[in-house]
Amino acid sequence: MKRRAPFATHDDQFFWDGVAAGELRLQRCAKCLKLRHPPGPMCPHCHSLEWRIERASGRGSVYSYVIPRHTAIDSGGDPVIVALIELEEGARLVSNLCEVAPDAVRNGMAVEVFFTEFEDGVRLHQFRPAGR
Amino acid sequence: MASGVSDRTVIAGIGQTEFSKNSGRSELQLAAEASLAALDDAGLTAADIDGMVTYTLDSTGEFELVRNLGIKDLRYYSRAPYGGAATCAVVLHAAAAVAAGAANVVLIYRAFNERSGRRFGLPQAPGQVSSSGSLWWRWYMPFGLDTPAKWAALHFQRYMHVYGVTNEDFGRYSVVCRKHAANNPGAYFYQRPITLEDHQNSRWIVEPVLRLLDCCQESDGGVALLITSRERARDLRRPPARIVAAAQSALLGGDIVSDYYHEDIAGMAEIGDIGAQLWSQSGLRPRDIQAAMLYDHFSPIIFMHLEEFGFCGRGEARDFIKQGNIELGGSVPVNTHGGLLGEAYIHGVNHINEAVRQLRGVAINQVADVQHVLVSAGMSGIILGSS
Repeated sequence: MKRRAPFATHDDQFFWDGVAAGELRLQRCAKCLKLRHPPGPMCPHCHSLEWRIERASGRGSVYSYVIPRHTAIDSGGDPVIVALIELEEGARLVSNLCEVAPDAVRNGMAVEVFFTEFEDGVRLHQFRPAGR
Repeated sequence: MASGVSDRTVIAGIGQTEFSKNSGRSELQLAAEASLAALDDAGLTAADIDGMVTYTLDSTGEFELVRNLGIKDLRYYSRAPYGGAATCAVVLHAAAAVAAGAANVVLIYRAFNERSGRRFGLPQAPGQVSSSGSLWWRWYMPFGLDTPAKWAALHFQRYMHVYGVTNEDFGRYSVVCRKHAANNPGAYFYQRPITLEDHQNSRWIVEPVLRLLDCCQESDGGVALLITSRERARDLRRPPARIVAAAQSALLGGDIVSDYYHEDIAGMAEIGDIGAQLWSQSGLRPRDIQAAMLYDHFSPIIFMHLEEFGFCGRGEARDFIKQGNIELGGSVPVNTHGGLLGEAYIHGVNHINEAVRQLRGVAINQVADVQHVLVSAGMSGIILGSS
């Protein structure tokens, strides 16, 4: 399978603008200061429509992971690892885990963000073991 | 606390087509055939139907079924969203309509050519992504997480990590449901049981969570139910199955076919919530349930069902299954028809038909003295009782 391009909506254009700029951006409620991901227009805690963008540190850990074997993305090399990353800010997001052998992946391993350009101009945030 | 639905409504009729990999006819025809079978089962006619409920994902429009069945006067129709989550939600919607007086006899149908037509197991083309799903799918698709097996597996891997559960443990469910299916002439895998070795030799679909034999089938077929009031059911053909409790759940932090944002995802909070609602509405407890039909799109979800409903403690499903509790003769036989893995994937509604057969005492793998059957699809659930 070929990797698919992401698409933005009005509510999360800031996130993909961040990816284009090489920044992992998170949304925080401007009123009650709670973080939320995936992004949305209204704070579920205080109903504020005001929010601000902050740059995540890019550091986190592997919360869970899988290696799709059927209808997987054709990487041309090692199989693509999909991981649920828990950022140190607290938000969780789905991404790929790179630069590590599938049998060396562990829940809880420390990872850091980086950005990769795939074919057709698809640009995505990816993660790799921290401190390499 | 009893809900307004509790014990005022019944399932009066069940119907289904054969389950196959290539029905050779339209989804509309499958829906019409299953509906007619349910009418015949109940001893009702199309003229009695004044309500209709199906899944938002069903391709058969209400007017199409009205035209083909010759329904004269439909007064209530609604749909329940999100794939398998709708399994028992359609019963709640239909029962609520009957309890509120909005309809007298509600037809529930779900029919598709899910193997010979659009397959759920393959990644969908971007244009096929429905508007209700696309807002979350787009956070996963670019990373290669583009099928139900992949979405679900990323959730289940956390469960494996927290409780030290292995893929072999999951395989014990697959063996049980295929054993049940092997006795069921209506099951696609009739007379085709598997061993744990077969399971462990089947290829990885999503490593290290799901092998081929952990995954439900893709199937063609149709299923239909008729919901009416207890009073209306009194003089019908079959003993009605009482709708003792019915619930839906969507919680903050929850998601569809995945669960990435609840604080604890080594379980499934919505199943826990369905359990709390059903036990509260009915006054029943796990020990009062003689059989359970649990949505089994993938084998690990059975573990979460058993734990969240309290049939065993958290992390104990592995041993609970190993000890034979979910087999015929066990403390709570599960998916006695063979489930979505062994019988067919008719989006869960075939589980409800099996629950009704158990209550009538006519199931192929009949459990003794069935008073109450639990049916759960994770985000919706019902308890049915004998009449």
